[in-house]
Amino acid sequence: MEKFSTHTGIGVPLRQSNVDTDQIIPAVYLKRITRTGFEDALFSSWRKDPEFLLNQEPYKSGSVLVAGADFGTGSSREHAVWALKDYGFKAVLSSRFADIFRGNSGKQGLVAAEVAQDDIELIWKVLENAPGTEITVDLVSKMVTAGTVVAPFQIDDYTRWRLLEGLDDIGLTLRDEPAITAFEATRPSIKPTTLPAKF
Amino acid sequence: MTEATAPVAHDSAQVPSVSTTTPRKTAKTLAEKVWRDHVVTQGEGDGDAAQPDLLYIDLHLIHEVTSPQAFEGLRLAGRPLRRPDLTIATEDHNTPTLAIDKPIADLTSRTQIQTLRNNCAEFGVRLHSLGDAEQGIVHVVGPQLGLTQPGMTVVCGDSHTSTHGAVGALAFGIGTSEVEHVMATQTLPLKPFKTMAINVEGTLRPGVTSKDIILAIIAKIGTGGGQGYVLEYRGSAIRALSMDARMTVCNMSIEAGARAGMIAPDEITFEYLKGRAHAPVGADWDAAVEYWKSLTTEDDAEFDAEVFLDANTLDPFVTWGTNPGQGVSLSDNVPNPEDFADENAKAAAERALTYMDLVAGTPMKDIRVDTVFLGSCTNSRIEDLRAAADIIRGREKDPNIRMLVVPGSARVRLEAEAEGLDQVFKDFGAEWRFAGCSMCLGMNPDQLEPGERCASTSNRNFEGRQGKGGRTHLVSPVVAAATAIRGTLSSPSDLAPVPANTVA
Repeated sequence: MEKFSTHTGIGVPLRQSNVDTDQIIPAVYLKRITRTGFEDALFSSWRKDPEFLLNQEPYKSGSVLVAGADFGTGSSREHAVWALKDYGFKAVLSSRFADIFRGNSGKQGLVAAEVAQDDIELIWKVLENAPGTEITVDLVSKMVTAGTVVAPFQIDDYTRWRLLEGLDDIGLTLRDEPAITAFEATRPSIKPTTLPAKF
Repeated sequence: MTEATAPVAHDSAQVPSVSTTTPRKTAKTLAEKVWRDHVVTQGEGDGDAAQPDLLYIDLHLIHEVTSPQAFEGLRLAGRPLRRPDLTIATEDHNTPTLAIDKPIADLTSRTQIQTLRNNCAEFGVRLHSLGDAEQGIVHVVGPQLGLTQPGMTVVCGDSHTSTHGAVGALAFGIGTSEVEHVMATQTLPLKPFKTMAINVEGTLRPGVTSKDIILAIIAKIGTGGGQGYVLEYRGSAIRALSMDARMTVCNMSIEAGARAGMIAPDEITFEYLKGRAHAPVGADWDAAVEYWKSLTTEDDAEFDAEVFLDANTLDPFVTWGTNPGQGVSLSDNVPNPEDFADENAKAAAERALTYMDLVAGTPMKDIRVDTVFLGSCTNSRIEDLRAAADIIRGREKDPNIRMLVVPGSARVRLEAEAEGLDQVFKDFGAEWRFAGCSMCLGMNPDQLEPGERCASTSNRNFEGRQGKGGRTHLVSPVVAAATAIRGTLSSPSDLAPVPANTVA
């Protein structure tokens, strides 16, 4: 995973709450077996509408999405994060993220920055008054800057550390491999196994 | 009208955020006990600065959609799959529900299924393929085989993994990176969840089901209300539910934003598990039951939040909008966006009514539907099929309605056929299909046409979920059946009595 410390890019004001992962990427795109190449799938239903933000300059080349509350609800599909990343988004700002989406983002180096709703409203106004305004997401100081608006954001320290260091989760866990083996030795024998199969 | 049936303008600001510090308490809830029993290493620090605990995973369920990139990750890193004996795979999301003996027509679907077969063979994972008697929706298959048991940790790359919480397991959906993580290590680094009690007291009236309980709860707390929490469903109305009905409740925990939902195991749980293929036997059974009985929330344990719902006054519930929290009593009207205090909720309601092509103030029961879908990991178990069959037996389908009945698993289908339920559905004019996720998410050919309106026993009414431009109303199996008869959203109580010579 690439290290992330700070990013500056065009902000996209998505004035909508409850953006579920079916909207971020419809199920039809989940049949692919690769981990990349999902940029065409991002918001594909909405992008059919010429009025949709991502069909308009300067938002088309945006890299910081500023969304309403409860972003990424619904299906666990990590494809939602891949699609956002493949399109070019580096960070999403929202006052609240669905748990699975937030977890998936942290694994893939997409910053899910929790910003108070009042600040989101202010940032929306800045972006709408001056389309193309760049937003800076600073993971070191946990601050976002959009024009005159400077606001703090929340991200849990562990995820922040991993993003800053660009660390691979599995590699980290495997450092504890002896503890896993020791735990396995204490597991009760009455717990089920899938093999051998019983019918 | 119960409190929950009012149009709820959910104020998201009222729900505490996830990142607050939770002091570790001595008296434990069910969820905390299961967590405690699976900690491999405890994370250092407290609150927001805490490192995650490393949690052991007892069962990993796999399907074709969220696994290919994870298997590929293992292969690229040269890592083995650590515990094939704690892993099981099935094909469900993409599979056709017609002509399952023929090659899958959609090439990308076929490739994805074939990829799962190749991966399972390469890594030694047990797989139930299309055509196998144990194939089916992953969340129907696990409990059915007795593989999900009380006190276990269960994960799957699917948000509806919360279903397995009905047996008292801590079960939650994960993303593909986490799927790979579990494959490689049989563990997950996780921060402790907070706990929320959902107390449902009283007795459900006839025609009101566990689906109505969970839809009412989601309408009450909102699609983000459960965020950061493990829900524990409690109270007399929950205790009275069968296992199939409990699974419906836990299944939709994710629609309230919660990762997991649980119900403490009891005699109904033990009775359900006994004799299942992977349930313990003999002395192991006795030892297991003794452990399972310890998995209750202690009397003096504290939940981080509590919610109450009165079962006595609950009506059949139905959604009018495009998220599962936008629901009302079936006897209510389509709400007016102006009645929502919160600006965002108002905007969301307006948008939803436009998408759903509904006018505020219209009685829900006047809404005409085109399609009825009985299926999905929410409501496709044998009891769901029986309940719907009991309503339609001896009655006639509205001629304009298309009805799809998709059993949750090949085993459920066989069981239903042994009871003659397939004939009841066919006589009624419904289509009797093979098992899979089907029209719940329309990854296979079972999709709505643009503008088509569906009464669906599934779990999500998102825009385009069941097919581009499709409009979904979430309902219980008995409401689905009554709707298929009347052609408009209907409750069983709206139906004329069946002639006396038929079985009710």
